[in-house]
Amino acid sequence: MTFDAKASTFELKLACQMQIAQQILFMICAVAAIFFFTKKVKEMRRNILLGRDEDISDNKEQRWKNMILLALGQKKMFKKPIPALLHLVVYAGFIIINIEILEILLDGVTGAHRLFAPMLGSLYAFLVGFFEVLAVLVLVGCVVFYIRRNILKVKRLDMPELNGWPRNDANLILITEVVLMSLFIIMNVADLSLQQLGAEHYTKTDSFWISGSLTGMFSGMSVGTLVAIERTCWWLHIIGVLLFLNYLPYSKHLHIVLAFPNAYYAKLNPQGEAKNMKEIQNEVLYMMEPDKAPAEAAAPTSFGAKDIKDLSWKNLLDAYSCTECGRCTDACPANMTGKKLSPRKIMMDTRDRMEEVGKNINLNGEFKDDGKSLLHGYITTEELRACTTCQACVEACPVSIDPLDIIMQLRRNLIMEESSAPGEWNMMFGNIENNMAPWKFSPDDRDAWVNG
Amino acid sequence: MSIKNMAEYAANGEVPEVLFWVGCAGSFDQRAQRITRAFTQILDKVGVKFAILGKEEMCTGDPARRAGNEFLFQMMAYNNINTINAYGVKKVVTICPHCFNVFKNEYPKLGGDYEVIHHTTFLQQLINEGKIVLKDGGAFKGKKITYHDSCYLGRGNGIYEAPREVLQAFDTELVEMKRCRSNGMCCGAGGAQMFKEEETGTNRVNFERAEQALETGATIIAANCPFCTTMLTDGVKNKEKEDSVKVLDIAEMVAMSI
Repeated sequence: MTFDAKASTFELKLACQMQIAQQILFMICAVAAIFFFTKKVKEMRRNILLGRDEDISDNKEQRWKNMILLALGQKKMFKKPIPALLHLVVYAGFIIINIEILEILLDGVTGAHRLFAPMLGSLYAFLVGFFEVLAVLVLVGCVVFYIRRNILKVKRLDMPELNGWPRNDANLILITEVVLMSLFIIMNVADLSLQQLGAEHYTKTDSFWISGSLTGMFSGMSVGTLVAIERTCWWLHIIGVLLFLNYLPYSKHLHIVLAFPNAYYAKLNPQGEAKNMKEIQNEVLYMMEPDKAPAEAAAPTSFGAKDIKDLSWKNLLDAYSCTECGRCTDACPANMTGKKLSPRKIMMDTRDRMEEVGKNINLNGEFKDDGKSLLHGYITTEELRACTTCQACVEACPVSIDPLDIIMQLRRNLIMEESSAPGEWNMMFGNIENNMAPWKFSPDDRDAWVNG
Repeated sequence: MSIKNMAEYAANGEVPEVLFWVGCAGSFDQRAQRITRAFTQILDKVGVKFAILGKEEMCTGDPARRAGNEFLFQMMAYNNINTINAYGVKKVVTICPHCFNVFKNEYPKLGGDYEVIHHTTFLQQLINEGKIVLKDGGAFKGKKITYHDSCYLGRGNGIYEAPREVLQAFDTELVEMKRCRSNGMCCGAGGAQMFKEEETGTNRVNFERAEQALETGATIIAANCPFCTTMLTDGVKNKEKEDSVKVLDIAEMVAMSI
């Protein structure tokens, strides 16, 4: 065996070992990512189920329709056409490009390169080219979104409740998407350059639309450098994707998934309808008609909501689904006129408190009283009292969140548990009770207008 | 015009076509009483056989429920439903979208199931049936009108077109505010805000909404709710436009034109 032949066998062996090492490393990363993501998903599910039971199993047909129209079709987004279009591009692009992730995952596991290329023939280059076009659109969309947030400072995206983490979260998502898309395209440019040089292992494909026109930027580079660039981009891209998957549950970006169940479970009754409190309806009935009271009727223990566990699971799903876009707050007449109430903050507070309770459970095995609650600890009386129950927030939400339902339940707790009401409301209650009208008029004069 | 109540009908062994639920504002508030009278004039003129509950009517409990006092709401609901059911009422018309919402969406779960209709829809039907004919295009001929969607008729129950159709029957120009229909802005009275001072802010909700209405250049602001009417009137006064701009309920506008 000549020295050259020995060397090439050694190189081949080395390359083979490198390949196997990469496969193992990849599988460790993928398994870890899926493990941690699953763990967090289970935790979120447990947190949502901390809420009270609420039966939402009716009218399945309408619910599926809502999911397709509101979540997939983003119907409500189109009330604001420009952000809607940008959002659609970023969303569709982001989802469709994930088909490419399937190949990347399989390549990572099997050690193949562009596994689908030989199977799909010329369709392959078309598909990757299409993904590249989407990637560029996503990239442009994210840049425009970044500008709207940080330079144009669109009002609803620049409010005090977003200070700190929420603002960083939003920007981090946009930057991550820009980086991921860039890596995807640079990877393809390096790949095409390697194909042109006839590098081993780099399956020949037709040129891709975007990266094909960019190969000039790597001209004159050696195979070694190009392989390093291609591998670096490939690794950063897939690790970025796996990290982003695990970032989702801590981020407002979670709406990309939860918009679907949330639209499915959206309120179907007219928005004006307040939820009935059956336990109080019964209390009143038993008081007025004692013979109807069952012998062992247990009096209700608490009214309205003070903390997470008093809200329904749908309220908590709402909180996880919120992407803090602020369309609710933008439409809120109280917020618009400088009151403290912001429906978005109600949702963010609910999520923060739910996460806090969740951490408490993780730490102690079960919830240990921390002396805090959603009401007062996060949401103040002043915010709740500013609500006109106009439902503008409910109407505005693209992912069918109902902040008013939470506000109403907290208000019920304030009145019925704490007897906390402004003096004028107490007078109004007294008048209704005694005069059958919210004002202090004699019930005998109710039809006096007839003679007026 | 004599207005009979349910008890009088019952005493004669008769059942009226429809119960006119006046509501607390329509019964006691002097401004809203004008809406009540206007609506009864129309009913009388058209020949609708209607009755009121009179002294037997009570607050629906809406402001109590919205404030969070479910006990009081349930008490009022219990009493009202018992009274109305005892008279065998089938159809209820009301001039208040808050009462309308409670009757249409909340009383059925408590045993009070009626055909419920808001007066603007009722008027639209009478116009469509040719029972109301506006004289010479109405009293507002050539005037510019803007329409304020109340939350509980609009967003709350999805009724946006019926009131507009009534206004289109007038020979006028209907101009929309920037925020209208499902995006309409509250007058500030809902959620029991009518009965308390507003929380601290930079402006009052009704001032803001009235400014939006005034921006259209309309000389008539048409409303469908006694609370909106009061709130917007105050808002117009705040801008010292009360001499040139009037806030009117759609029933008043129709009554002036027949």
